[in-house]
Amino acid sequence: MAPALTETSPGGALGTVQHAVRLDHVSKAFGRPGSAQTVLEDISLTVTPGEFVCLLGASGCGKSTLLNLVAGLDRTTRGSIEVPGRRPALMFQEHALFPWLTAGQNIELALRLRGVPRAGRRPEAERLLELVRLGGAHGKRVHELSGGMRQRVAMARALAQDSAVLLMDEPFAALDAITRDVLHEELTRIWAETHVSVLFVTHNVREAVRLAQRVVLLSSRPGRIAREWRIDLPQPRRIESAGVADLSIEITDHLRGEIRRHGQH
Amino acid sequence: MASTDATPAAPDSALADLGAGLDALQDASGGRTPLARTLLAKAVPPLAAVTLVLLVWQGVYAAHVKPPYLLPGPVDVWDSLHQQWLQGTIVSTIWTSLSRGMLGFAVSVCIGTPLGLLVARVPLVRAAIGPVFSGLQSMPSVAWVPPAIIWFGLSNATIYAVVLLGAVPSIANGLVSGVDQVQPIYLQAGRTLGATGLRGVRHVLLPAALPGYLAGLKQGWAFAWRSLMAAELIASSPALGLGLGQALENARDQQDMPTVLATIILILLVGIGVELVLFSPLERWILRSRGLLTVRR
Repeated sequence: MAPALTETSPGGALGTVQHAVRLDHVSKAFGRPGSAQTVLEDISLTVTPGEFVCLLGASGCGKSTLLNLVAGLDRTTRGSIEVPGRRPALMFQEHALFPWLTAGQNIELALRLRGVPRAGRRPEAERLLELVRLGGAHGKRVHELSGGMRQRVAMARALAQDSAVLLMDEPFAALDAITRDVLHEELTRIWAETHVSVLFVTHNVREAVRLAQRVVLLSSRPGRIAREWRIDLPQPRRIESAGVADLSIEITDHLRGEIRRHGQH
Repeated sequence: MASTDATPAAPDSALADLGAGLDALQDASGGRTPLARTLLAKAVPPLAAVTLVLLVWQGVYAAHVKPPYLLPGPVDVWDSLHQQWLQGTIVSTIWTSLSRGMLGFAVSVCIGTPLGLLVARVPLVRAAIGPVFSGLQSMPSVAWVPPAIIWFGLSNATIYAVVLLGAVPSIANGLVSGVDQVQPIYLQAGRTLGATGLRGVRHVLLPAALPGYLAGLKQGWAFAWRSLMAAELIASSPALGLGLGQALENARDQQDMPTVLATIILILLVGIGVELVLFSPLERWILRSRGLLTVRR
């Protein structure tokens, strides 16, 4: 069960590090050598500190696998991943909150595992809940919260790890459109307030353009970096705006092109 | 209305209100049913069932299907209970058995829990003794009485050995299935939070496995109680003190059918009582706090 992290620069000197995440020619294959299926091939990607990057791709492009590799939940087959500093925080599509704890206790557990002394946990959990605008929810059980509230608590729990990198695996995919829209705005606000680097995986082109500074398009089977776009539209953006729509059309065309290649042979 | 990208999406306070409004709309918490109605719905059906059984019993008794010394009526059994109560033996008999059962159960929990954890988490241990444990669970623990008597004689050690052999496999198996049913997402979330090794077991694995573990404990108690009765019934000696099993055996010796039935009812009542007082509230609390208890109407 040892975490497969190739992290922590010697001495943990963050000041000299120019990247929050660096993937260097990363490949991942599943199955036995010989009959292995390559899921990711030769991915090189750098996320700079404070940057918001969206990984975009169709189903089966290995984007969740990539995130698991960065999170240290799985090992690379080839190549290396550097994540200086603390273990990155990870948010899933399911909230993954522990149902035997209250909302506040979930956050306090993350703080405890990070090494925050007992006396500091409660105030810090309250502060994080305020940050995601759930000030009164400390004592609420997970099942008493709506889907949107659960993802906010999950976000607060991820932030409680105080790592420089927040990995998000389609965290809003299961929410209704109205709630998702509100959480996009909250995420943009929290990202601006906390200066955390975000690596956000999605298959929703508009969501990617709405949120990211940089959108990285992955091809499928095996997943390779097909293209990337820098999004210079000012934040906060609206998902309905003309700028987001125009770029989404362009990126969708490329995404469809990638998918079409698979139908041809 | 062409909204430019420079337009702020919404002022901060408006966004907060919007989020709060959404949360309020999706709030699923409902009211509680009044206590009196709950009691009525919970208590009436079993009481009615018991009354029906007593009526049928009395009917069969009155019809003289069997002679009264073979099939006494409810009133005779009640008299026997009342008699034991007046003599003051009833409480001490129940206590002798109950304290043995509880002590044996507690020791079984202490042994079965680490054992279950080992089987669940260490593949080699699981491959080696997992099937043995499942097999042991289906083995009637009364079969352990003869070897236990040979090893330990007519002593408390015999009784506890049989109780342990009955209860430990149930508890260990309960924990194993509890661990097996833990959703992988919780373990993943725990690992990303830094709960690895023993901290992962303590903060994630055990709490996540608690519902299955509790089911194992419940079954473990049932097995402990059954095994205890079997042991007391066979390993009966004046030196051992009078438990319910021995009381039952003594009553059979004296061909005292009302006391036999009265003792069986007591054994049943203790089993139900422990379930109602200990496990039922615990289980409801765990399930309710996790939102797993659906409201039955």
